[in-house]
Amino acid sequence: MKSGRTLRLAWVALMWLALAAAPFWMPFVGGYTALGTRVLVLGLAAMSVNFLLGFTGVLSFGHAAWFGLGAYGCGLLLKFGPPSTPLGLIAGTLLGGIAGGLLGALMVRRRGVYFAMVTIAFGQVFYYIAFQWSDLTGGDDGLRGFSRQPLQLGSLTIDILSNSNYFYYFVLVCFAIAAAIMGFILRSPFGRTLIAIRENERRARFLGIPIERHIWIAFTLSCFFMAFAGGLYALVNNFADPRGLHYSQSGDFVIMAVMGGMRTFWGPLLGAAVFVVLQDYISSVTVNWMSFIGLLVVLIVLFFPRGLLGLVNRRSVA
Amino acid sequence: MSPEIVIFNVTNGLIVGAFYVLMALGLSLILNLSNVINFAHGGFLALGGYIGWMLTPYVGFWGALALAPLATAVFGFVIERLLIRRLYGRDPLYSLLLTFGLAFILEDGSRSIWGAQGLPVSVPDILNQPLSDQFFFITGYRVFMVVVVVVVVAILFILLRYTRVGIRIRAGTLDLETVAALGVNVRALRSLNFAVGIFLAGLSGVLASGQLGLEPTMGTGLLMPSFIAIIVGGVGSLTGTLLGGLLIGVASGITTVFLPQASEAIIYVIMALVLLIRPRGLFGEEGMMT
Repeated sequence: MKSGRTLRLAWVALMWLALAAAPFWMPFVGGYTALGTRVLVLGLAAMSVNFLLGFTGVLSFGHAAWFGLGAYGCGLLLKFGPPSTPLGLIAGTLLGGIAGGLLGALMVRRRGVYFAMVTIAFGQVFYYIAFQWSDLTGGDDGLRGFSRQPLQLGSLTIDILSNSNYFYYFVLVCFAIAAAIMGFILRSPFGRTLIAIRENERRARFLGIPIERHIWIAFTLSCFFMAFAGGLYALVNNFADPRGLHYSQSGDFVIMAVMGGMRTFWGPLLGAAVFVVLQDYISSVTVNWMSFIGLLVVLIVLFFPRGLLGLVNRRSVA
Repeated sequence: MSPEIVIFNVTNGLIVGAFYVLMALGLSLILNLSNVINFAHGGFLALGGYIGWMLTPYVGFWGALALAPLATAVFGFVIERLLIRRLYGRDPLYSLLLTFGLAFILEDGSRSIWGAQGLPVSVPDILNQPLSDQFFFITGYRVFMVVVVVVVVAILFILLRYTRVGIRIRAGTLDLETVAALGVNVRALRSLNFAVGIFLAGLSGVLASGQLGLEPTMGTGLLMPSFIAIIVGGVGSLTGTLLGGLLIGVASGITTVFLPQASEAIIYVIMALVLLIRPRGLFGEEGMMT
């Protein structure tokens, strides 16, 4: 037990080391820094989905909506408001988080497959809004005409716009803060209660836990994390895409979480890394990347439902 | 605003609603008995359309209309046996992901085999005549589609109400365990039920291709409204799904007259209202809302 914990700590330390050094080692394995930035952002998004899926036991298949709202909120503020990257991120996080929290109150009335169905349908609302309201959002072409701004720390200016390594470290710091908050919540009594709900909802209800309220709070928190990741994604691309709100994007996030291991905290990050690299690679070799991703999903579901880290964990326990 | 425009959009809404109903009934059957959200339903729809297109040179339009849905249903049956059946009883997450992956494969497969370009589909001349000069947009084919949908839905409801298999399917929706305990082969029942759902998708595909032509993504756009038809009508109630589909079809048709940009949004507004006022859906049974 003790050695397992030490081993786990060693792995996490190694992961942070690898992340911190990514701009230096990635070029040697055929990667580039922007790829690492995307992995971090999509990994954070997959972790936010998993906050709900893996730790509360509630499947939302419409989380791309909050991701996309974060991206649009961030982009719109940078385009029409003060040119400040942190303000843009805050605007995106608030937009996606509040919208998700409000609609979440409607959605938590259902459970199981039907909850998934309602989340998909509500998520699509924002896809259509982004698609139709072209005066504001640019419609099908997406939101353009903004870019991330250099950071001002007192007299110090960090140019995250043109230096991709600086931007990577900025995203890494954001990622670390979000992951720390998420981990802190999950270790708190509230987080333990969520896990109790996941394990046995009926028993948790008998213990007097207000299930609906807990699920709603978890949903809302997850929306805030999601929107924060979405805001970062807008900064990565200097662009917000309506397809980022579509339910197939939500599906991608769920795939990343399941592929990495949805009962583990870091699994979704690993899943995102594998997914992004595979997608990058496969779409460069064949036009039929959709079939490959589809086949991959089918194989994971049938043969590796515990995901990559789930596989490792089980082995170390046995 | 001339009355023609209003009638045009309301008929359009009815026709679109008829497709929502066919899609949603198939989805609903599968969801009720197997607890599976079939994301690949739109892919099966397109497949039905393409199979019909392949069959037309040999058996003609009428033959294709009869055979293509059956062929699609057989394909669905095989998929259920090989893949989906393994996931019964597991977290619904997995069947959802599986059909999501399947939808990718079906869409990409259709594109590889038949091309990304839309294929035109011709229907017999008898069906292409406008019914009257004044309402020139009401072609025979539009009326024909609605008639086919009405007939098929009526047959489906009669089968479900009066045949042994139909009664078992409805009973299984309410309490599958008891049905199994009574000695019904639930595995076979679920396979058959899945095939019936896919049959409806294939039929929508053949019908829709006569009006809109063929495209690999032709079914994807119908998926979301069909979900909403089920949610609005009330999960577990096929009558609810039927009326839900018609309601959102006509509502979006009417909205097109007054506020074209909102024709898509209106169905989401209806869904939000239903969830707010009556969370179990218009025809949902109490206790079926989980």
